[in-house]
Amino acid sequence: MSDLLILVESKAGALEKMTLEVIRGAGGLAKELGTGVSAVVVGADTAALAESVATYGLNKVYRLEHPLLKDFQPDAWVAALEWLCKQIAPTIVLISHAFVGREVAPRLAYRLNTELTTDCTALKIDPTDKGLVRTKPIYGGNAVAILKTEGTPQVVTVRKGIFEPEEPTEAKSEVVSMAPPLSDAVIKVKSLKTVEQEVVELDKANVVISGGRGIAEKEDFEVLLALAKALSKTHGKVLIGCSRPVVDKGWMSSDHQVGLTGSMISPDAYVAIGISGAVQHLVGMIRSKKIIAINTDLGCNMFKVADFGVVADYKEILPALIKKLEE
Amino acid sequence: MKDVKIIVCAKQIPDPEAPFSNVSVNVEKKEVVVDAPDVISPYDENALEAAIRIKEELGGKITVLSMGRKVSDTVLRKTVAAGADQLILLEDPAFERLESRSIARVLSAAIKKIGEYDLILTGRQAGDWDSGQVGLILAETLGIPSISLARSIKIKDGRVEVEKIVPVGYELVEAKLPALVTVSNEVGELRYVARTKMMALLKRPMTIPKWSTKHLDLSAEGLKPVQLMELCPPPDMKRECVFIEGASPEEKAGKLAAVFRELR
Repeated sequence: MSDLLILVESKAGALEKMTLEVIRGAGGLAKELGTGVSAVVVGADTAALAESVATYGLNKVYRLEHPLLKDFQPDAWVAALEWLCKQIAPTIVLISHAFVGREVAPRLAYRLNTELTTDCTALKIDPTDKGLVRTKPIYGGNAVAILKTEGTPQVVTVRKGIFEPEEPTEAKSEVVSMAPPLSDAVIKVKSLKTVEQEVVELDKANVVISGGRGIAEKEDFEVLLALAKALSKTHGKVLIGCSRPVVDKGWMSSDHQVGLTGSMISPDAYVAIGISGAVQHLVGMIRSKKIIAINTDLGCNMFKVADFGVVADYKEILPALIKKLEE
Repeated sequence: MKDVKIIVCAKQIPDPEAPFSNVSVNVEKKEVVVDAPDVISPYDENALEAAIRIKEELGGKITVLSMGRKVSDTVLRKTVAAGADQLILLEDPAFERLESRSIARVLSAAIKKIGEYDLILTGRQAGDWDSGQVGLILAETLGIPSISLARSIKIKDGRVEVEKIVPVGYELVEAKLPALVTVSNEVGELRYVARTKMMALLKRPMTIPKWSTKHLDLSAEGLKPVQLMELCPPPDMKRECVFIEGASPEEKAGKLAAVFRELR
């Protein structure tokens, strides 16, 4: 049986933690199948990244190199990965369920004439037919589907944080250079420019203070910021989050969004202000160590998952709380 | 460029914002039961809003395409009230619970039947399964460029220019038309439709074509349902909530401050 293949992702030249998680997950499946795991590094110059991933117990590390693969251009990446998969015919392809995977995996699976399951939270091998059994939360997390699909390779994207990151080993994997035959013609979507904006990394915060639909006006986030400032004196890094409606209204950029399509976080404390608790939001913050909810509606879902609840108007309680914290 | 022909794919789903106490799992039937009215998947509403803005600027025609086993035109008529010109429903028992590639096959057959188009818009993912596949696969099926996660869309001389959300901010990308764009919520919510307008529209006769496998020249055998082995209730998320009581906001605030001090 051929190897499993995982896609390596990096940020500023360093391996992403989610890639190490996928390596660990793939390793478990490979053991069940009695085969190994290989990895593919995509880019214009992949030497350094291939070297660093080669210490994680992989069978082979493929360097998929071409000038057109320099930045993440989906058209070129999909074409290159399609070519590689047709060369090496992996049994299973695993990709992190993040920015690159969300875009590449559906198109790659389609071109390989196979079905994809996205955002899996558990994977195992069916011992009877060696098929990949996928666990995927659906309806925002209100139900959990366990499913199989047809076609080879079996392709999945994997939710962040469900596997522990793999540890490096002494042994070095074999590094194989592959030059995909790409031409400019594959690029149908042209990148004109990338505008970098200041983005918050909510997963680095000790405390996240989030506002939701219950926040009456954009200006009211000032009082959340004031609370963040007061707490940051004693509680480490405190950042502002929000639920989806706040982003929809254009009050906050999407990097602040917590939930299924935003950040999935587990801070020491999560403070939910005026957030009723749609499941799509809850899945993003339910692993927080302590959850504190402030809401005027005693019946809201957020109180059901909170450790502490205050039934109050944030406009009254927050200024008073800031004062008390500063005493 | 004038008169842009836009197709918006909109899925009807149980309200994803329904409180979780209204959602249950029928393990035997492998069904999610939602005690709430159906709605248009929120990201598809964002896609429609993006389409209406293009039409307002350049003129054109918006066709809304919706598929399922039982699509309700009362739910979908909201799209016409908001600014769509034509509603087409794809309805067939064979369209129930299909896997993403089969859904894309049905949609592409319908789009070929519609004929000419410049732009296809879909939500970034549907609010029930959150797979985020159909839009991108549909573009592959039709052999047209695809751009995902749009926060803003502009049409310029036969091209579409999109601000695409990327981890560091946004990327400005362009493609020749026809193209497919998946839309994210940053585009903004679908405009408010007054209830009176909605009611008037429900009474007005409207031709809503309903196409099944027959009309689309599709064989039901080629359409594959999702291979669901099991459907389970979610893991319990409940915690024991300690409510902070007090006669005044100050008193509650004092107790809450003590909770925060404990956390350190």
